[in-house]
Amino acid sequence: MSSVAELLKQAQNEVAITADPHELDDVRVKYLGKKGSITSLLKSLGKLPANKRAQAGKEINTAKDSLIESIQAQQLKISANEIANKLALNKIDITLSGRGPDSGNLHPITQTLRRIKKIFALANFEVRIGPEIEDDYHNFTALNIPEDHPARAMHDTFYLNSGSLLRTHTSPVQIRAMQKEGAPIRLIAPGRVYRCDSDLTHTPMFTQVEGLAVGDNVSFANLKFILYEFVSHFFEREVELRFRPAYFPFTEPSAEVDIRSDSGDWLEILGCGMVHPNVLRNVGIDPEKYTGYAFGMGVDRLAMLRYGVDDLRIFFENDLRFIEQFS
Amino acid sequence: MRINLEWLREWISFDFEPYELAHQLTIGGLEVGSIETISCHSKGVLIAKIIDCRPHPNADRLNICQVDTGSSVHSVVCGAQNAQKNMLTAYAPLGSILPDGRTIEPVNLRGEESEGMLCSSAELGLIEDHSGLVEFEENAPLGAFIKDYLKLDDVALDLELTPNRGDCFSVIGIAREASALNGKSFKESSVKAVSAQITDSFDVSIKAKKACPRFVGRVIKGISTNAITPSWMRERLRRSGVRAINPIVDITNYVMLELGQPLHGYDLGKLSGSISVRDAMDSEELILIDNNKVELDPSVLVIADNSGPIGLAGIMGGKSTAVESTTTDVFLEAAFFSPTSIMGRARKFGLHTEASLRFERGVDPEQQLRAIERATQLLLEISGGNAGPVTISENKAYLPSSHSISLRHKRLESILGLSLEPDVIETSLKLLQMKVQKKDKDWLVIPPSFRFDLAIEEDLIEEIGRIIGYDNLPVTPEIGPLQLDTATEEYINEDCVVDRLVDRGYSEIISYSFIDKHLEEKINPNCRSIDLANPLSKELSVMRGSLWPGLLTTAKKNLSRQRSRIRIFEVGTQFLQESKEVKETRVIAGLALGQIWPEHWGNDNRDIDFFDMKADLEALFKFKNNKNSIAFALAEHPALTLGKTARILNYDKEIGWIGELHPELQQSMDFKSSTMLFSLEIESLLFREVSSFQAYSKYPSVRRDLALVLDEEVSSEQITSSIRDISGNQLREIKIFDVYRGKGIESSRKSLALGLILQDTSRTLTDKDVDEIIRSITSHLERTFRATIRK
Repeated sequence: MSSVAELLKQAQNEVAITADPHELDDVRVKYLGKKGSITSLLKSLGKLPANKRAQAGKEINTAKDSLIESIQAQQLKISANEIANKLALNKIDITLSGRGPDSGNLHPITQTLRRIKKIFALANFEVRIGPEIEDDYHNFTALNIPEDHPARAMHDTFYLNSGSLLRTHTSPVQIRAMQKEGAPIRLIAPGRVYRCDSDLTHTPMFTQVEGLAVGDNVSFANLKFILYEFVSHFFEREVELRFRPAYFPFTEPSAEVDIRSDSGDWLEILGCGMVHPNVLRNVGIDPEKYTGYAFGMGVDRLAMLRYGVDDLRIFFENDLRFIEQFS
Repeated sequence: MRINLEWLREWISFDFEPYELAHQLTIGGLEVGSIETISCHSKGVLIAKIIDCRPHPNADRLNICQVDTGSSVHSVVCGAQNAQKNMLTAYAPLGSILPDGRTIEPVNLRGEESEGMLCSSAELGLIEDHSGLVEFEENAPLGAFIKDYLKLDDVALDLELTPNRGDCFSVIGIAREASALNGKSFKESSVKAVSAQITDSFDVSIKAKKACPRFVGRVIKGISTNAITPSWMRERLRRSGVRAINPIVDITNYVMLELGQPLHGYDLGKLSGSISVRDAMDSEELILIDNNKVELDPSVLVIADNSGPIGLAGIMGGKSTAVESTTTDVFLEAAFFSPTSIMGRARKFGLHTEASLRFERGVDPEQQLRAIERATQLLLEISGGNAGPVTISENKAYLPSSHSISLRHKRLESILGLSLEPDVIETSLKLLQMKVQKKDKDWLVIPPSFRFDLAIEEDLIEEIGRIIGYDNLPVTPEIGPLQLDTATEEYINEDCVVDRLVDRGYSEIISYSFIDKHLEEKINPNCRSIDLANPLSKELSVMRGSLWPGLLTTAKKNLSRQRSRIRIFEVGTQFLQESKEVKETRVIAGLALGQIWPEHWGNDNRDIDFFDMKADLEALFKFKNNKNSIAFALAEHPALTLGKTARILNYDKEIGWIGELHPELQQSMDFKSSTMLFSLEIESLLFREVSSFQAYSKYPSVRRDLALVLDEEVSSEQITSSIRDISGNQLREIKIFDVYRGKGIESSRKSLALGLILQDTSRTLTDKDVDEIIRSITSHLERTFRATIRK
């Protein structure tokens, strides 16, 4: 092996073991610097006989180019190593939780109410709301519940000192809407209602959705259809229903609707019926021209069934451990 | 209404299975709330006669009875006071088992062998009556098992009747319904009239003719005081939930349960003069059978004799004329009181009686005579005596009259939504004992007297639907035009606003609309409270004028459950008394306390302050698409801390409040960290401007920073709006990037650092342009706000 080849090999070995840019530069200067070994060889070319000069010159230049190549390669390797080392130092634990605000929760009654509204919206029931402090006329009289009617006792009404009352159902909203808009009409009336009653299954305030559809030839069969539809969409499965004759002064015929629970028992979930002709007359709609159905349901009760809550009162305790379960 | 099926079977011509019947009644509209099996809890106990009864030689309180079972005689030691010769009672022989599980074994009681035991009702598991041995009527068969004789294999149904079905408060009423629902016709059993054996009668005059259109009375004299109510009747009463008292009272109760007609028996000897039915007079008083004294007024109908009121008509009798075990002569009453004359009266006195229950809903106007005959018949059978003639005082004009209702075939079909053959309709109506008269395609229908609840065509349609079965009616979708709905942008759904607040970390609560008056007064001291006339409790006695009390009490409750960081909101109505009317406003209100972030490894945490909550509200206002309509104005609120309170305005109209809870309230609520509150009229958030595109400049913008030193009183908004006013449309944005007080700044002054972003839409601004604008701004601020510019 020529001395140039040996020198190149030695230089390349030295390059290969450098670990940082400074060391590498030192090697570069040692061989390629002004006073470097290879530079010196080039400088000493002139001392060679002319016939050997070209050959030697070529050999040295080739060696020089190889070394430069090795140095560049080592440079890349060193900087890659440096980046790798740096990254190794800045490693993070990606299983730690993210930073920033967390979101809250909607009350399960609101979630239930929204689902109910959504289902009925698809059948063109528009949402109507009304006052919670009502007068006797809109809460009772217009609904065919005259003074002294035993049905008034069923309602356990809260009265204000002024003589007004807290609505016992959202039916007054229906009355006001029919008075204002006439027939045909199609609406749901969600809202808080009040009865002076408090135990495991009753709270003095609860949430109701009532529905009303008055039009040409609206029948009890249509009422059954809409309630079957509602219940199966609400529970997201086929549910066995039972319609029982019932009594409400504002509907005739009237029915209560039970659903079959998983345990096989029947659970009452809503009341309904064909709007009583007196009610239609009271709001200026001709019962011979139009018929209609109405229904009413307790949102809280549906939420209980949907989410397996066994005590109605827990909805109003507002313990965040409860509310946060419904995301 | 409780009914036992053993009794019902007596009135029904067909056989039925109890659970099946309960189901039929329920889906027929008479909801069965519960089903109770009545069974015999003892084993081997039989009827026996005491043929001899002598005192125990070694014990004062014991007797030795010889009892005859018809086939053998046994010697039994007995401690009951009422044990006596010739009495028929329950005998538990050796080897029989009592309800408590005891097997009867031979015992020696103070030297005397006892071959069994004589039993009381309580010991047989019937009723809690420990007064002595159970007593059977003379003709009860010796040796018969109690279980068989008392038919202790029965079922009782508890019916939850709707207010319109007063006719079903009786065995006969349920029997009619059960028959109709089974497609069987019901045969009304007739009651034989008992002819008068004596001529005695008692004068009745009706003053309140409308309230009492009929009063049927009868005198019965010479009733035996030794008679006992037969065990079959006692059992039926027991299974209906009525306590047996004495034969006269038991019989009136029995007939009421059977026919639905309340009766009353007066001790004839205690009546003075004649009876009148009239309105009570002010300041009259009456002591009732239950010993309660009631004060009367003219709204109450009473039965009176010459001594004054002797009973609350249709509700409860008076003590002074009540029958007792010693009564031998009785005057029976079976009246028709109109529902409106009884309704609400019992409740007024805190009473709720079997009679008022029935009269309030209405009784069959044609049943009084039959009831009195039935009672007479039973009374004579059980207690003997002689009946006088029936006297009827009535005013037919005021009795409910049977009227015909027209039923149109087409109307029926359109309401139920199905087509029905005429004979199905007629059959259904006839099953319900209605008189049906065909008129062309339609009918004239006359309901029976007991179905006074049926008044209009729809009532009949319901009846036919009931008989067919609601579950058998069709299910048909409605047909209507396809309609699209406007996707309005000028009005957004409330849910969007609520969701944004939820996304920002608030959880929704729902609290009662009525709250504690004290808390309401602390939050809204200047408002007249809206009080409930009949609150459930002091804590729920006034309507809330703000949603804050509910949020505060909820926060307190959760703090006590080891929460330290709370962010909650509620959407609901607040009620404020205006001059005459109550103003109801739908409001969204929130509360935040504790640290701004949930506890986290990567955050420097701190307590929430005004600006954190303000950012939450600004996020809600973003929906409005118009930054300039909303303003926060420094204001005072009794529930909030002075200086950290703002009134929120929308186009200069107040729509809500934000601020820090007043220190006094914070202390009284026992909150450890400062608490932020807000409240907004939700309606004001929902209207907004529809977005419209604005072209943006393609030339570069320039930023210049300004540091101003200002008096504390000068608000940042005054500065920014003033800068906007004078700099025209080349000013694109102002950023406030620092607010500083302290070293280097005089006290009562503050430093405000602004970044002004300038841009022109048609060219690149030169340094000269910018210098010009900044100069005019600074000189204006110096002049107007005593601002100094920090270099």
